[in-house]
Amino acid sequence: MRETIHQLEVLRYDPETDTAPHFQTYAVTCQEDWVVLDAINYVKENLDRTLSYRWSCHMAVCGSCGMVVNGEPVLSCHAFVRDYPEKIRVEPLANFPIERDLVVAIDDFVEKLTSVKPYIISAEERPVESGENLQSPEQLAVFKQYADCINCLLCYSACPQYALNDSFIGPAALALAHRYNLDSRDEGRSARADVVASNPGIWECSFVGACSEVCPKDVDPAAAIQQTKIASTVDYFMRFLMPWRKQ
Amino acid sequence: MIRGPYVRPVGRYSWWLSQPRYIRYMLREVSAAFIGAYILMLIVGLLRLSQGPAAYESYLTAVLSSAGVAFGLITFVFAVYHSLTWFRVTPKAMPLRMRGKAVPPAIIVGAHWLGWAVASLLILLWVAV
Ligand code: SF4
Ligand code: FES
Repeated sequence: MRETIHQLEVLRYDPETDTAPHFQTYAVTCQEDWVVLDAINYVKENLDRTLSYRWSCHMAVCGSCGMVVNGEPVLSCHAFVRDYPEKIRVEPLANFPIERDLVVAIDDFVEKLTSVKPYIISAEERPVESGENLQSPEQLAVFKQYADCINCLLCYSACPQYALNDSFIGPAALALAHRYNLDSRDEGRSARADVVASNPGIWECSFVGACSEVCPKDVDPAAAIQQTKIASTVDYFMRFLMPWRKQ
Repeated sequence: MIRGPYVRPVGRYSWWLSQPRYIRYMLREVSAAFIGAYILMLIVGLLRLSQGPAAYESYLTAVLSSAGVAFGLITFVFAVYHSLTWFRVTPKAMPLRMRGKAVPPAIIVGAHWLGWAVASLLILLWVAV
């Protein structure tokens, strides 16, 4: 198999000794079928055991290996080394505080994700005797794409609105809210509206669309947000036109 | 374990220069300023028209000067770019489903182009008549 030597420039940060992050370069001989994560694993196993980063599945499923490679947020297990030039610059996801090396602190995202109530809400509790909560394939198809999110946070790393505005709920969380709002079994739209249809929710989004361009699962969070904007605008006017109508 | 998360600074005014896709976004946004200015120019034209032939003549001279034409051309390019990018995202904002199936995005975009062409044609005809 063909081998190529790459200079891996990795952003390092040790909270115990560093005041700011700095780059460290490793020369790595890469196999043709390697992804960037393989090169980083090689560094960890053979060159520098202090390097910290997250990964688990190595098959674009768990969403934990997101990094910024040559300026673009990618899943490092899904980015072939052969598609990059000799120099490969690896940085932690942008817009999140760096915990250590390539590991970022995602507490803010987890809090925001929780705030949109990303689960099925029923108006009344369903007793077990009432049986399954059925859904047809057509009803599933309406939101399936938004359920494919793996919480990799590439979209947050790409979003300039999230970068500039601490309160913005952000693409993946809003896409998930949309996923549940569209679910035929769900009745929680108004319970989510406080957060979702607020300024820090959908209205902070100025439709840059970068989130959808970098999403590895074609979730298209930008589309979800624009659709939510339209739906909540309709809600707003309907409240005046037909106040008796149930939300 | 010691925690001391490092927050990287973001340039409040320079962020959009960091990636081509941000620059494209800014171009789309800035197009609104040119289109707005062009509409203002048309309104001024109406005002000058109401002030008599001499005023309108001087307005026309200004509009047809090289600076006026250059402004018109730039605005035209921005207007086309704005429409193009806007039509392209319509299937995202307004996805349609018919008989349980998603309508292909190309059809939604095509319908917008068609509507635009028909509207332009009608206005042209109206002006010509
Ligand atoms: S929407 Fe896409 S980019 Fe964002 S977290 Fe989900 S899978 Fe990742
Ligand atoms: S390691 Fe699981 S998505 Fe990359």
